[in-house]
Amino acid sequence: MALERSEVEKIAHLARLGLNEDDLPRTTETLNDILGLIDRMQAVDTAGIEPLAHPLETSQRLRADEVTETNHRDAYQAIAPAVEEGLYLVPRVIE
Amino acid sequence: MQWETVIGLEIHAQLATQSKIFSGSATTFGAEPNTQASLVDLGMPGTLPVLNAEAVRMACKFGLAIDAEIAEKNVFARKNYFYPDLPKGYQTSQMDHPIVGKGHLDITLEDGTTRRIGITRAHLEEDAGKSLHEDFQGMSGIDLNRAGTPLLEIVSEPDIRSAKEAVAYVKAMHSLVRYLGICDGNMAEGSLRCDCNVSVRPKGQAEFGTRAEIKNVNSFRFIEKAINHEVQRQIELIEDGGKVVQETRLYDPNKDETRSMRSKEEANDYRYFPCPDLLPVVIEQSFLDEVRASLPELPVEKRERFEREFGLSAYDAAVLAASREMADYFEVVQQVCGDAKLSANWVMGELSSLLNREGLDIDQSPVSAAQLGSMILRIKDDTISGKIAKMVFEAMAAGEGSADQIIENKGLKQVTDTGAIEKMLDEVLAANAEQVDQYRASDEAKRGKMFGFFVGQAMKASKGKANPAQVNQLLKRKLEG
Amino acid sequence: MHQLTLAEIARALATKQFSAEELTRSLLARIAQLDPQLNSFITVTEEQAIAQAKAADARRANGERGALLGAPIGHKDLFCTQGVRTSCGSKMLDAFTSPYDATVVERLAAAGAVSLGKLNMDEFAMGSANESSHYGPVKNPWDLSRVPGGSSGGSAAAVAARLLPAATGSDTGGSIRQPAALTNLTGLKPTYGRVSRWGMIAYASSLDQGGPIARTAEDCALLLGAMAGFDPKDSTSVDQPLDDYLAALEKPLSGLRIGLPKEYFGSGLDARIAEAVMTAVEELKKLGATVKDVSLPNMQHAIPSYYVIAPAEASSNLSRFDGVRFGYRCENPVDLTDLYKRSRAEGFGDEVRRRIMVGTYALSAGYYDAYYLKAQKIRRLIKNDFVSAFEEVDVILGPTTPNLAWKLGEKNADPVSAYLEDIYTITANLAGIPGISMPAGFIDGLPVGVQLLAPYFQEARLLNVAHQYQQVTEWHKQAPSGF
Repeated sequence: MALERSEVEKIAHLARLGLNEDDLPRTTETLNDILGLIDRMQAVDTAGIEPLAHPLETSQRLRADEVTETNHRDAYQAIAPAVEEGLYLVPRVIE
Repeated sequence: MQWETVIGLEIHAQLATQSKIFSGSATTFGAEPNTQASLVDLGMPGTLPVLNAEAVRMACKFGLAIDAEIAEKNVFARKNYFYPDLPKGYQTSQMDHPIVGKGHLDITLEDGTTRRIGITRAHLEEDAGKSLHEDFQGMSGIDLNRAGTPLLEIVSEPDIRSAKEAVAYVKAMHSLVRYLGICDGNMAEGSLRCDCNVSVRPKGQAEFGTRAEIKNVNSFRFIEKAINHEVQRQIELIEDGGKVVQETRLYDPNKDETRSMRSKEEANDYRYFPCPDLLPVVIEQSFLDEVRASLPELPVEKRERFEREFGLSAYDAAVLAASREMADYFEVVQQVCGDAKLSANWVMGELSSLLNREGLDIDQSPVSAAQLGSMILRIKDDTISGKIAKMVFEAMAAGEGSADQIIENKGLKQVTDTGAIEKMLDEVLAANAEQVDQYRASDEAKRGKMFGFFVGQAMKASKGKANPAQVNQLLKRKLEG
Repeated sequence: MHQLTLAEIARALATKQFSAEELTRSLLARIAQLDPQLNSFITVTEEQAIAQAKAADARRANGERGALLGAPIGHKDLFCTQGVRTSCGSKMLDAFTSPYDATVVERLAAAGAVSLGKLNMDEFAMGSANESSHYGPVKNPWDLSRVPGGSSGGSAAAVAARLLPAATGSDTGGSIRQPAALTNLTGLKPTYGRVSRWGMIAYASSLDQGGPIARTAEDCALLLGAMAGFDPKDSTSVDQPLDDYLAALEKPLSGLRIGLPKEYFGSGLDARIAEAVMTAVEELKKLGATVKDVSLPNMQHAIPSYYVIAPAEASSNLSRFDGVRFGYRCENPVDLTDLYKRSRAEGFGDEVRRRIMVGTYALSAGYYDAYYLKAQKIRRLIKNDFVSAFEEVDVILGPTTPNLAWKLGEKNADPVSAYLEDIYTITANLAGIPGISMPAGFIDGLPVGVQLLAPYFQEARLLNVAHQYQQVTEWHKQAPSGF
């Protein structure tokens, strides 16, 4: 299943990865190589087989509804790129 | 052209757990920004989710209350998209295997009829944070306190046919979640949010029209207005030859109109897949049995019981059962005084007016249910008349004590002594001899009107304390001559 | 001192031949002198290491004993270490000082281990050569013109060069076992869920496992005993009691049933490696093991399945790197989309961006069934193969890698050729079973590793077999010249 450049652009956009024009052909080619590898899967007969999401087939453990966290805002925000008045700053979001 | 409106509602209820769905952070509203955002909530590298048992329990409570199928296994899935209030770049939600399956909610309309609205599913998910758009030099500020709060997303079938039905549904849902104690239903604070999917189609057409989604309408009033406006907009658009676009819209209460949301361009590809950091949640039958046993009497059951046990009308029963607090209050009043009808009248009448006037919830009522019940007892045993009771009620509301204390202090005891009443009536008739003659000289019709005059005089003379029934009876006898 | 294994160090510290502080200082000096040739460290934490060593000495003076008390180690740079840069080999996290410790880090510190620093790795654990790191490639101490394997290349190189006796690594598709094989070390990938993933920066959540890399099975047992165990902060952590890995080492191998999958010995395998594997088999037979053929018929489909599942999970796991709350942010973002796109394009290297795109594609509308779901079905087939095979044998043996360490730069132009090197290791990650690689010889001066796989939670068995093998062979004792 070979990808067109436009599809590569769409995927990059979904993943919010900036793509520059010059890289596009090379990226498309490499991706197609990888997809060629992956497409080998189609030859396998998996009729009636249940997908395996987790290797160990166990169920989710539940935790008690208790507040166990305290405020560490200063420590956590010390490593943030842009903070003001305790808020994380990003370019203006327009709704 | 006759048009039919088709509405489906998605309600997000913030579950009233102590801690968040996947982390141990507090969920209290109104804290300083980012003081309730732990490593997990911030999506720090290397952090992992662990599921809150109470969120599961609350979802199951809801499922049982709407008679829904509750799957043996439910699975969390990642909904992937980029937005600053979504720290991990995905929202942990549920897709193919939600915790609650098909159910229904019965709603009562203003004319007293009921309709059954289907519920497609309800699932657990985590809430996102908040963006604050006040200017930070052209930037937005992100607060992640809310990120990770548990939500129950409740999806209705497109069974709703009018804005009024939609409001009735949301009100019923609001009442139910509060009854179950799983959500405080505070729409202003965002504990209960409503998205309305609205479309129109020519009456008789089987296919649905294209729908538009109105997001985040946060009051019953706005829900009605937003839907009505949107229906109008769509009809006009189609009648003008246009086509309804499937899109997300916002309701602007100031302009009373819906407008398209700029930021949602193409349909998002969320790339749902089962979250590999969480395992399937297994719900055992024994757990469900235990949850079922812990369910309170539900609004519908209570309403029916009020009609049956207390002989209340469907309307009265519905009003009283609408909130658990009001129902409980009413039942205490009823228990104390033994008269359901009077209790209903007083709770829905004077008490409700008082609460509305003072902007109080029934929990904050200055008149307790026991107090009100005791007062009604005094009406029943003829100590006071209904009219005097209103004065007593006001005095109780002002904190002047119990009914008995007030009646005592203000000397409001009804006069029932026949002799005393007769004496008073004789004085009244003597003082109004001319009117007595006129009365005796008039026909039935005219007498009816004039009788009221004498009653009024008698009430004045007795300062309202004479037992009205006795006044009527004795006055009539005396006037007849 | 640098030639000593962890076990030997434990005895030496106990008999006061030297102190933890002396040992740490000696290794720090060695690192400063020799690591420039290898580039195995991203961050050397000199001050903290000396402080930790002093603390360990103090604990020992107070009467505490413990095999890891004062033991010098290093952490692969995807384990969060509080107050210390945790980079994942990426520009994206170059400036990320972790606000917390991973459970693995905490537990080893509690046992008294001394961390000398953070070890180089393929960026976000994606790679088999440690060439994709933002901090430059790591060199194989056995031949500085060759790769050490990846993604735990730094861990392997540092231990092989005797800069450290042991280190932590992580294994998603072979990232502990393969570098161990290419550098003459013993590396263990535990059963999925055996070691907590809290604080281990995620690549592919359903495949990742942290584990030890050392020169002997005994050392791996020592580390595993401290690293492993239930952690309530990790929903995928299994609540199962730990075995006594040290005690289990001594069990004799008589009666051990070894399976040799016929699919392992195909045309892609270097014939000399096949020979080395068979030599190892003979040694094990002398120790009392029996051998039979088994079949893993779906093995050939493992690589495509892995290269859908791992990138798919990674594409989602790495979405949190957006320049908002931590990590790299581009200069002067024009709007939100620009912030995301440039921060991520500039912060991530080529291989990471490639895998994110593959993963995004595999999950996207219309392709989910054909790719992601299909891969999960193949995953079940692979698991089933192992379950069947383990009905007849106790361990499965084979080569760890199809080829010897390749030259730096050799596979850069063709990422897929690097993917194919994972053929023997990835099945264990897909099925979640434990696996160990141990040194089994040299070809042209380059190390060869042999891999053993066992059923769920039988790490003790793997360590036992490897330890017994290491009692009758000397491969693991050899050191690269110059180190």
